[in-house]
Parts: sequence; structure tokens; C-alpha cells
Amino acid sequence: MIENADTWTKLKRITKAGFFNFWRNGTVSLASVLVMMVTLLAIGFISFAGAILDTALAELRDKIDVNVTFVPSAKEAEVLEIKQTIESLPEVLLVTYVSREDALEAFKERHKNDQSILSALDELGENPLGAVLNVKARDPSQYASVAQFLESDGTISNGGVSVIDRVNYFENKAAIDRLASIISSADRLGFALTIILAVISMLIAFNTIRLTIYIAKDEIAVMRLVGASMTYIQGPFVVVGVIYGVVAGLITLLMFLPMTYWLGSATESFFAGFNIFSYYVRHLPEMAFIVFFSGVMIGALSSILAIRRYLKV
Amino acid sequence: MILFDRVSKVYPDQSVALDSVSFSIEPKEFVSIVGPSGAGKTTLLKLFLAEERPTEGRVLYGDTDVHTLGKKEINNFRRNVGMVFQDFRLLPNKTVYENIAFTMEASGRTDEEIEQDVPHVLELVDLLPKIWNFPHELSGGEKQRVAIARALVNEPDVIIADEPTGNLDPVNTYDIVQILKRINDLGTTVILTTHNKGIIDSLGKRVIAMEKGKIVRDDKSGKYFN
Repeated sequence: MIENADTWTKLKRITKAGFFNFWRNGTVSLASVLVMMVTLLAIGFISFAGAILDTALAELRDKIDVNVTFVPSAKEAEVLEIKQTIESLPEVLLVTYVSREDALEAFKERHKNDQSILSALDELGENPLGAVLNVKARDPSQYASVAQFLESDGTISNGGVSVIDRVNYFENKAAIDRLASIISSADRLGFALTIILAVISMLIAFNTIRLTIYIAKDEIAVMRLVGASMTYIQGPFVVVGVIYGVVAGLITLLMFLPMTYWLGSATESFFAGFNIFSYYVRHLPEMAFIVFFSGVMIGALSSILAIRRYLKV
Repeated sequence: MILFDRVSKVYPDQSVALDSVSFSIEPKEFVSIVGPSGAGKTTLLKLFLAEERPTEGRVLYGDTDVHTLGKKEINNFRRNVGMVFQDFRLLPNKTVYENIAFTMEASGRTDEEIEQDVPHVLELVDLLPKIWNFPHELSGGEKQRVAIARALVNEPDVIIADEPTGNLDPVNTYDIVQILKRINDLGTTVILTTHNKGIIDSLGKRVIAMEKGKIVRDDKSGKYFN
């Protein structure tokens, strides 16, 4: 027999058959989409959790710094000279200079509702605060050596009397160490959970799709007997799998809107300014890619793997 | 055209389904294969369609041994053989039109050919009004007529009907047999398996009688007898 239909016609037929099968097997399609949706929700929340963890981590890292407070009598030139020295250290990422005046402004701002403190300041007449250098290291573990340098170095002095009032690193050290270890274990735990959850939900989705193909195994046998080729039998099932993925992905992305909106304020107060809703809206293209890609891959691969058993006639 | 050459089939549980069976079928013949359940009729058909491999012997279609064909060639070969089953085996989620169109699509026919041939072949089995119905909306006789239309649409050289009337009442049985006869008159080889005595007697065509995996009688204008 001569095959007259071209590849384009075949592709069109396979796609059309896929859509018809999806639509006509309404209940089965609904069930598969729902299962797939749960999988995609899990994958979505895993990426959210990753983002939350990353942001929280960055936020915590950002909070860790060493403040060098100078005595009020230290001259600005001296302070700036020391700033340069510190900046030249390889471990140091950034040094910010807060002048005495700025420190006073910030102090006033912080206590603007406390009249007694403000009036005490007025009483004092002069600025009691020293200039401050905020030192940020490249890595939390390097603060110790930076602080060591500041504490010990004799060059940072003004005629034998140190201009440095205090270095607050050693006060914060315990807290910093604990945070660092929490962050790293949360990182590891998150990664393990991600893998486990993703694998479980994928297996469930795979099994559901396998079940839908099992239901159609008599049909597949008939198709084999009328001489349909592998591709022609398999094609519509793969199309259906892809449709499951796309539809479930669409529903998942829509469901994330109210979910993240509802969780938004809670995450904002808990994770130091991380609002899951605004994160979602900002990263919608990436999230859409992750969700659709996972859905389509799970759908198509499950179909291909599941149908192979029934094609051996 | 079809030649079974000392074909035996022994299943893995050592049950012998066919025991050195030899016969040939000429083009345009109408052959009935009769015998009790378990005589080996269905095994015979499965071997012919290369659904199963013989333990011994060869099955020839024309000059080719069907069991030496590759996957693709088997598909081509099957498209040349129309099949009708006792349980109809229609695709439940496709309409009558789509069921027949599917066979044509699988053979790589164009949309124009399909649009033209499907109504035509449905007319032949007198089922044009049901073209947009689904199988579950049809009676048993109607389903079998769809199955025959599907078997016919690729203009096969051979039509195999495996107990096509097994699930049908006498009136529908008569209709189906008449349709098969008409198809044969138009020049297509028909192989029919049945254990309906009435059909065989009314046909007056060649009968191969089987029992326990062997051919016990091959009668050119046969009657069904025990």
C-alpha cells in the first residue's frame, strides 16, 4: 500500500487524536490532571522554599558585620585612614563610614518617640557619639580574623591611646556561630527534602498516567492489529500526557496567586521582609517555566515509558 | 496465496494447539474453518497474522514467510488483511467515522481519500445513518457491520472473520454472512471461523474441519458435520 499522507498530516492527526482522547475520557483526564497538579504544587512550593531559604540566608549574612566604634575625640582623618587600612585586608568586602553627626542623626531617629532620651541629649549639649566603621567580611567565617586584627594592631592608635572605643564582634560571636550552623544545616535539609518530595510526587503522577494507559490496553491491541505504527499509537498518548502537564501547570500557577497572597504577610513578618506573593509575581516567568517544564516532562515521559509494555505484540 | 506448511504450535505449558497442519487457500476463495472450542482455529489465525510464532513449520503469504517480516513490514502486511472479531474490537472513544478513518490514517492515506471512502464503505454495510454514533450507541449487529466496514476500507486482499456471529442473534447473523458473501463475490478472499452449523450449510463453500489441533476434513463444498 502506498502511503500518501505527508508528515505534517500525520502530526496533525496525532495531535487531534490526543485532544479528542483527553476530552472524551473526561473523568480519567480530570483525575490525572489533579494528581499532576499536586505534583506541580509540590515542585512549586519546593522552589518557593528554596527562595525563602536563600533570601533568609542572604538577609542573615547581611546582618552579620563588625562595628568598630571610635572614641568621640577621634579625628575624622584618623578614622578614614583606619578605614583604608581595613579595606586593604583581603577578607574585607566593604567598609562603611558613619560620621559622628550621622550616628547622632540615626540615634535621634531611633529614639524619636522617647522624649526623656532626646531631652537628655539636649542637656548634654555636645555629641556624645563616636564615629563608626561597619566592616563586612566576604564570608561569615572570616570575621574572627578581621576582629583579631582590629583588636591587636598597635598602629591604630593616637599617641599610644587607642582611638577605638570597642569592637562588637566578640559580643556577637556566639550568635553569629549559631546562625551560621543553622543556615548550613537548613540548606542541607532543604536539599534532601526537595529531592525526596519531587521523586515521590513524580512517581505518583507516573503511576496515574500508567493506569490511564492500562485502561486503554485493549484499544492499543486493536490499533496494533489494524497495522498502526508505533509512533501512530504512541503519539496521541504522549500528546495527552503533555496536555495533562499544561492544564495542571496552568491551574497550579493560578492557584499560587491566592495561596501566596494569603501567605504573603505571614512570610513577610517571619522571614525578615521576604514577601512570598511579591516574589511570586516578580518571578512569574521562571516559576511558569519550572511548572510547565516539569508538567510536560512528567506527562510525556510517563506516557512513553508506560505504553512501551503494550506495544510488544 | 496462503500456505500453511506443516505448522505446529506448542504453548509453553506443553499444550499442543496445532499439530503439523498443512493447507493452502487460493485467491478469491471463501473458506470456513470449523471445529469445537480449543480445536486450534484462533491459533491458526494468530499465526497467520504473525501475532504468534509457530513452533515448527512455515506460514506463507504469497512468496513471503510472514514470520520473517520485520516490525514495519508486519504493519504493512496487516493493513493488507482485514479483520473481524467476535467481540467487534472497535475503539470505544471514537465515532463510527473515526473508527474507520483510524485504519486509513494508520495506512497513511490522505484526508481526501478518507473523507471519500468512509461514507462509501459504510453505505456498503448499510450503516451510513450511524456515521457519527459511538460504538456504545450501536446494537451488536451494527457494531459488527462497522467492524466489517473497517476491515474493508483499505481494500484488503484477505478478510479474516473470527467467529463474527458468535455474539449475534439469527437475523443479524444472517445479515453478516450475506455481507461477507458479497465481499467475497467482489473478489476478496474470506476466511471465516465459526461453529454455527446453519451458516456453513447455507454457504455451500469450502469447509476445513479441525479437532484437537489437526485438520480432520477439508471439503470443497462442505457441510458441517461431526
